[in-house]
Amino acid sequence: MAHFTKATSVKDWFNQRLAIEKVEKVMMSEYWIPKNINFLWAMGMVLVITFAMLLVSGIFLLMYYVPTVDGAFDSVNYTIMREVDFGWLWRHVHGVAASVVFLIIYIHMFTGIYYGSYKKGREMIWISGMLLFVAFSAEAFSGYMLPWGQMSYWAGMVITNLFAGGSLHADGLVEWIRGDYVPAQAFLGRFFMLHVLLIPLAIIGLIALHFGALRIPHVNNQDGEEIDFDEEAKKYLDGKKAESKVMRFANDFMAKDLMVVGVFLVFFFYLVFYNYGFAMDPVNFDPADGLSTPAHIYPEWYFLWSYEILRPFNIDLGLVLFAFAQVIFVLLPFLDRSPNSVPANRRGLFGIWFWVMIVNLIVLTAMGKLPPEGIFSTIGLVSAILFVVQWLALPFITKLEKKV
Amino acid sequence: MENNSRRGFMGKAFGAVAGIGAVGSLYAMKKSWDPLPSVKAAGFTTLDMSIYEEAVMVTEKWRGKPIFVLKQSAEMLKKAKENPRDIERLVEVDGSHYMMCIGLCTHLGCIPAFRQDKNDFKCACHGGEFDASGMVQLVPPPRGFDIPPFRIDGTKLVLGEVGPEWQAMKDNGITL
Repeated sequence: MAHFTKATSVKDWFNQRLAIEKVEKVMMSEYWIPKNINFLWAMGMVLVITFAMLLVSGIFLLMYYVPTVDGAFDSVNYTIMREVDFGWLWRHVHGVAASVVFLIIYIHMFTGIYYGSYKKGREMIWISGMLLFVAFSAEAFSGYMLPWGQMSYWAGMVITNLFAGGSLHADGLVEWIRGDYVPAQAFLGRFFMLHVLLIPLAIIGLIALHFGALRIPHVNNQDGEEIDFDEEAKKYLDGKKAESKVMRFANDFMAKDLMVVGVFLVFFFYLVFYNYGFAMDPVNFDPADGLSTPAHIYPEWYFLWSYEILRPFNIDLGLVLFAFAQVIFVLLPFLDRSPNSVPANRRGLFGIWFWVMIVNLIVLTAMGKLPPEGIFSTIGLVSAILFVVQWLALPFITKLEKKV
Repeated sequence: MENNSRRGFMGKAFGAVAGIGAVGSLYAMKKSWDPLPSVKAAGFTTLDMSIYEEAVMVTEKWRGKPIFVLKQSAEMLKKAKENPRDIERLVEVDGSHYMMCIGLCTHLGCIPAFRQDKNDFKCACHGGEFDASGMVQLVPPPRGFDIPPFRIDGTKLVLGEVGPEWQAMKDNGITL
């Protein structure tokens, strides 16, 4: 129907053209969230806010950053840090947020694993979420290249060499990715493009998919209870709010969400103002030099666990296991053969599997940071093997699980 | 019915045009990521081998990569002769033996450090070790240092050109 009447108000004018009331209901006031949740359910909103801060700080950095091998280092460390008013703020917000966003992603992921929020119709939420993890990893790596310091250069060298595929010696592929024999201008230019345009576009698209995937199965709850959202929503709208198991996304749930976001932001800006050093590797304050490798090359903390899986083995086996570690989380909904979607502590063996996985990832992270010598190499090797064994065992231990 | 087949034809015709366009665009995109001709052309370096001193590790540069040059001392040469995999890696110019190879760890491309006291190379990234002839001693690196293409020209080496000595090394599987 394209029949328009004289608008009675500004709201009515928009309503006739954009159906804003309907949109508001669908997106906010009649988007239903279970009541039986805790602060861990706010991590999605924390991630949205962190991504927004990355975007805004990135826009300001982009105005002064120079994507050339001769200009990049000074544009970051001199122009942005010394000349641009509040340039340090954008850089430290960007650097700290890039690190903290992974902490929240990991919490978000393991909340999903613990509460079984990846099964019974929620598989696409999990898969789109893991694709977001991959996109964020690519975004973090490409961004790490841009200051063109020693760690940028050598991380670029090491990671692009992974694409040679070990004994496959696909050196042509590596040179194609770099556009040169070593990371140089072509390399910096293309990673700059990926970081500021192509990957952010992919991330925004994936966020839309992730939210869309939530729409039909809805958010899980603390007991993994299957809720009839239509029925509970009806109760709520009929005025039986206390009896209903659900509440409105806005403003009910948003009020709680933003409370958690507030606490997070206090912590976040404490880091930005007083403790940003952890996100700024001192080695990266030396300009890139292709003729001298830093004494220790290690990735940022959020990649350490998978790096440690690569490290103890010869290159081919290391690459295979590294690739395994990268993709295996995506397959979780299909490797978990149990019909239960309740918290891990009520699932017997799976509860043990979950906590061993968390502890093992922390051990791998710690070993990845330490030099590959003596006892650390051995612990790293055992942990890496345990990681693989745990995933291979998952279908069997969940198959044995009794229905709760 | 007639309309359906006409739509079907139009759909297929569009699919064909779009398909050709997609393949063409992918080809152009792939080629746009290739190394530029200027990058490929700047690939030759000449080393004067007479200036190096025994047992002193010197780093040169070729195609942006570090080139390790280590003139073998009598002691090193004696040790290398004990192991055929070692001695055949050395380049002989004007009666002297040199280790001359790309100074990047064959694992993931870090630059190993030369340890003067042990006359060997240690890669700090993942713990790989190489001896004075560039042969791998400790994993994860899968093989010794790669030797860049070279041609012997009197007392000089031209890196980037394939000479018979290098071709022999490649054919014998000493380098890639």
